Amino acid sequence: MNREQALFEYTLRIADDSLILGHRVSEWCGHGPILEEDIAMTNIALDLVGQATNFLEYAAKVDGKGKTADDLAFLRYDRDYRNALLVEQKNGHFGDTMARQFFFDVFRKLFFEGLTKSTDETLAAIAEKSLKETKYHLKHSSEWVIRLGDGTEESHQKIQESINNLWRFTEELFFSNDVDTMLLESGIAVDLNALYPLWKSQVAHVLAEATLEIPSGTFQQKGGRTGFHSEHLGYLLAEMQYMQRAYPGMEW
Amino acid sequence: MSNKEWPLWEVFIRSKQGLSHKHVGSLRAADAEMAIDNARDVYTRRSEGISIWVVESKLVTASDPREADALFDPADSKVYRHPTFYDVPDGISHM
Repeated sequence: MNREQALFEYTLRIADDSLILGHRVSEWCGHGPILEEDIAMTNIALDLVGQATNFLEYAAKVDGKGKTADDLAFLRYDRDYRNALLVEQKNGHFGDTMARQFFFDVFRKLFFEGLTKSTDETLAAIAEKSLKETKYHLKHSSEWVIRLGDGTEESHQKIQESINNLWRFTEELFFSNDVDTMLLESGIAVDLNALYPLWKSQVAHVLAEATLEIPSGTFQQKGGRTGFHSEHLGYLLAEMQYMQRAYPGMEW
Repeated sequence: MSNKEWPLWEVFIRSKQGLSHKHVGSLRAADAEMAIDNARDVYTRRSEGISIWVVESKLVTASDPREADALFDPADSKVYRHPTFYDVPDGISHM
């Protein structure tokens, strides 16, 4: 693996997290619990898809094989996606969606803060722009976790279940391998090992305020970063890619 | 599950150009913080504003439409309340 290949792989991870989560959140469009929240989630989905576009455009350029961002988004198979398992998990109920978003947003904010200092100017610039959006996403999801956790007995119980169910996908956000090692040397990548304790303490802080318990002893699932996904991704891609697969090259 | 509706909030936005906050509409939210978030998402997604005020609708006291005649019609015949009866001295510009 040379530097370009590592950078391509690294950029895909960031792009795919945004793309797949963006698509998941967009599934709420028209199904939000109230109109205001429906719009809020649609805005978040659009932010994420916008981030994916920026990162995929860069990935396509680094790849240098004449592919476009659209090719990468719509014409890869599930094994070629590098998103974490967390973001492809189904929306479930509103609490499930907010718990998934909260775990991801805490990670994403720390990650983008690190990436703004990357020696790769393009990654740093996209991170800078995306960080502002992410700060708002985090505010939104944290407030909901607190509101539901410290809400009624039913909402407390439901969001605690969501937290427990999704906890097994959280450590994968900090997965690193030789791609990271290679890019850390040149100051391009973010040191994920250093982020994990920060993530955990920030999550603990919000969960404490929400009167929720942090799960412990949960077996941690991994695989997304190396292309081994849960069954849910295939269904998501089938819907997301349908138009390009059915009508290749279609534009509107 | 509770079917109670969240309280209604009135939203005021200050645009980049304007000095004062202007009423733009209303929305539902469980608390003030959520009302600000919702207002941000519903009313500023096309860069309409740089500042948001929200106030719970029930805290707004409104004039009674049935009293409109008594409240507002008397002003119609008081043209002298407009400062249009002064002779402006020569040499005063920008009036």
